[in-house]
Amino acid sequence: MKIDVVDVGHVYPGPSSRRVLDGVNVALTERRIGIIGANGSGKSTFLRLLNGLIVPSEGRVEVDGLDTAKKAREVRKKVGFCFTDPDSQIIMPTVAEDVGFGLRKSGLPKDEQRAKVMALLEHFGLAGHADHPAHLLSGGQKQLLAMASVLITEPTLLVMDEPTTLLDLRNAAMIGRVVAELEPAVVLATHHLYLLESFDRVLVFEGGHLVADDAPGPAIATYRRLMEAA
Amino acid sequence: MRSLGLYVPGDSFLHRAPAGAKLLVLLVFGVATVFLNQWPGVTVALVVVLGLYAWARIGWRMLFAQIRPLWALLLFVAVFHTWVSGPVRAYEVLGALIALVLAAALVTLTSPVSAMVDAVVAAARPLRRLGADPERIGLMLTLGIRCVPLMAVLVREVSEAQWARGAQRSVRAFAVPLIVRALRQADALGESLVARGVDD
Amino acid sequence: MTAQRSTSRDLALIAIFAGVMAALGLVPAIYLPLTPVPITAQSFGVMLTGAILGGRRAAASMTLFLGLVAIGLPLLAGGRGTIGVFAGPSVGFLLGWIVVAWLIGVLTARAGAPYRLPAGIGINLLGGVIVLYAFGIVGMLLRTQMTVPAAVLANAPYIPGDIVKAVLAAVIAKGVHTAYPGLLRVRRPARARA
Repeated sequence: MKIDVVDVGHVYPGPSSRRVLDGVNVALTERRIGIIGANGSGKSTFLRLLNGLIVPSEGRVEVDGLDTAKKAREVRKKVGFCFTDPDSQIIMPTVAEDVGFGLRKSGLPKDEQRAKVMALLEHFGLAGHADHPAHLLSGGQKQLLAMASVLITEPTLLVMDEPTTLLDLRNAAMIGRVVAELEPAVVLATHHLYLLESFDRVLVFEGGHLVADDAPGPAIATYRRLMEAA
Repeated sequence: MRSLGLYVPGDSFLHRAPAGAKLLVLLVFGVATVFLNQWPGVTVALVVVLGLYAWARIGWRMLFAQIRPLWALLLFVAVFHTWVSGPVRAYEVLGALIALVLAAALVTLTSPVSAMVDAVVAAARPLRRLGADPERIGLMLTLGIRCVPLMAVLVREVSEAQWARGAQRSVRAFAVPLIVRALRQADALGESLVARGVDD
Repeated sequence: MTAQRSTSRDLALIAIFAGVMAALGLVPAIYLPLTPVPITAQSFGVMLTGAILGGRRAAASMTLFLGLVAIGLPLLAGGRGTIGVFAGPSVGFLLGWIVVAWLIGVLTARAGAPYRLPAGIGINLLGGVIVLYAFGIVGMLLRTQMTVPAAVLANAPYIPGDIVKAVLAAVIAKGVHTAYPGLLRVRRPARARA
């Protein structure tokens, strides 16, 4: 897995034309990458560049050599995305159906699809809820479901946008443990800084610029200085 | 899905019959009621439908619940036809109407929502040549089912916020934030549809 | 912004507004002074959906909503559902929702941004009252074999409430378009790009 972000800037179109990213250059190969920054620093936009949800207005983003602007579909097959609010991510009415949604075009027979879904739900401790309505799960369970729904298609990279912001500390820590054991590479943005302590590399965004790129300890220290100075 | 819908669980023959077959029979029955305009035929239709309710073990209360919302209008129609052309005509018109309403309701009462979605998708398959996309129709129905609880939560949150601000009597102070939040929710849902490969 | 992205967003908008219609079915009926007939919020939802989503998406949203009712979700005001309602006397109103949402949507989109209240009220009255009642009355005639005057009389008590709803839907639509711009295309100035 290799991500190249080359001279990327982004301006949201429209009457207010906000510039949210400017002159970002970075190459990512590590398995666990953290992203931190204040609200509005550009980190959400940066994450959405990685699976082609947003095509940059300047520069280019490549995932394993695939340009996200030209090969969006292939890129999305490799790169799964978890949003902050699992409620807007759950598509199907029941837990098992939602996880199975990602397999609907896999060509696998129905019973094999179900078996794969059940194995993954078992792994996430959701097997007992397989046929329950997804909207009745707890917040932590919903976020697990959202992750399972993405992981069923076996992406090589999982991008997560503040997956613990809506959760209590116990559930946030639980998601942290689950993330640590995941098979694919992970790019995770969060305000829960302790989740990043064991990560390989942490990027700090401020005002649309990449202002620090370091090991977790020094990067988090830089971020704290920035926040306390402002 | 069990928490939504009007499905009455059971294991009668009607419950076990495929939803698509029940819809087909209903369609035939609907066409037949157009020609059902004499009192003996209407009576037979009513007896058959009531018999089917008994067979499916669906109680009187559930049966009446299907007609209750219509009572004011049915009364109006009854008075009108009795006055204009006599009680027999009124019975024929109302009887045929009630028989079809009850028969149609029986299909949904004995079929789980997921079975109905599958039946609709299957029924749309022959229409593929006309440009219909059965899988997309199924996706839309399930997305719609998903959005019902989603919006119910938004309604609760917005009315709580309105309460907290002491403005609970204004329709505008309720509806504008509700719709704006619904639009934001749609943006997020649209984004996650893309992320999960719906545009394939 | 590629065409594909707007398609997924369209799907989401269509589904969410079917959910809005369902939510409006939960709103308790409002009783106006002088009329004994309660006002339910759903025909208001039809006008609002048209005024916000535009014709194609609004019609799709109403179709989806009615589809959900048909497969057995109790989403009509008062917890009604099942295909039975399509065999009932109000079938004209229900199918009329699709046409009315489309008509209001097309006319509102043509009027463009910024949303103007007088035009919005006029469009809602045309669609949500005149056209909708035409559909509703034809449906009732077909299902109950009454005469035209009798069918009109049966529906007359609901008309004042629907006029209020048409005005209210325009007021709310204006509020929504102000808070969430971008759904309507900006009107060109009269002599621009000459």
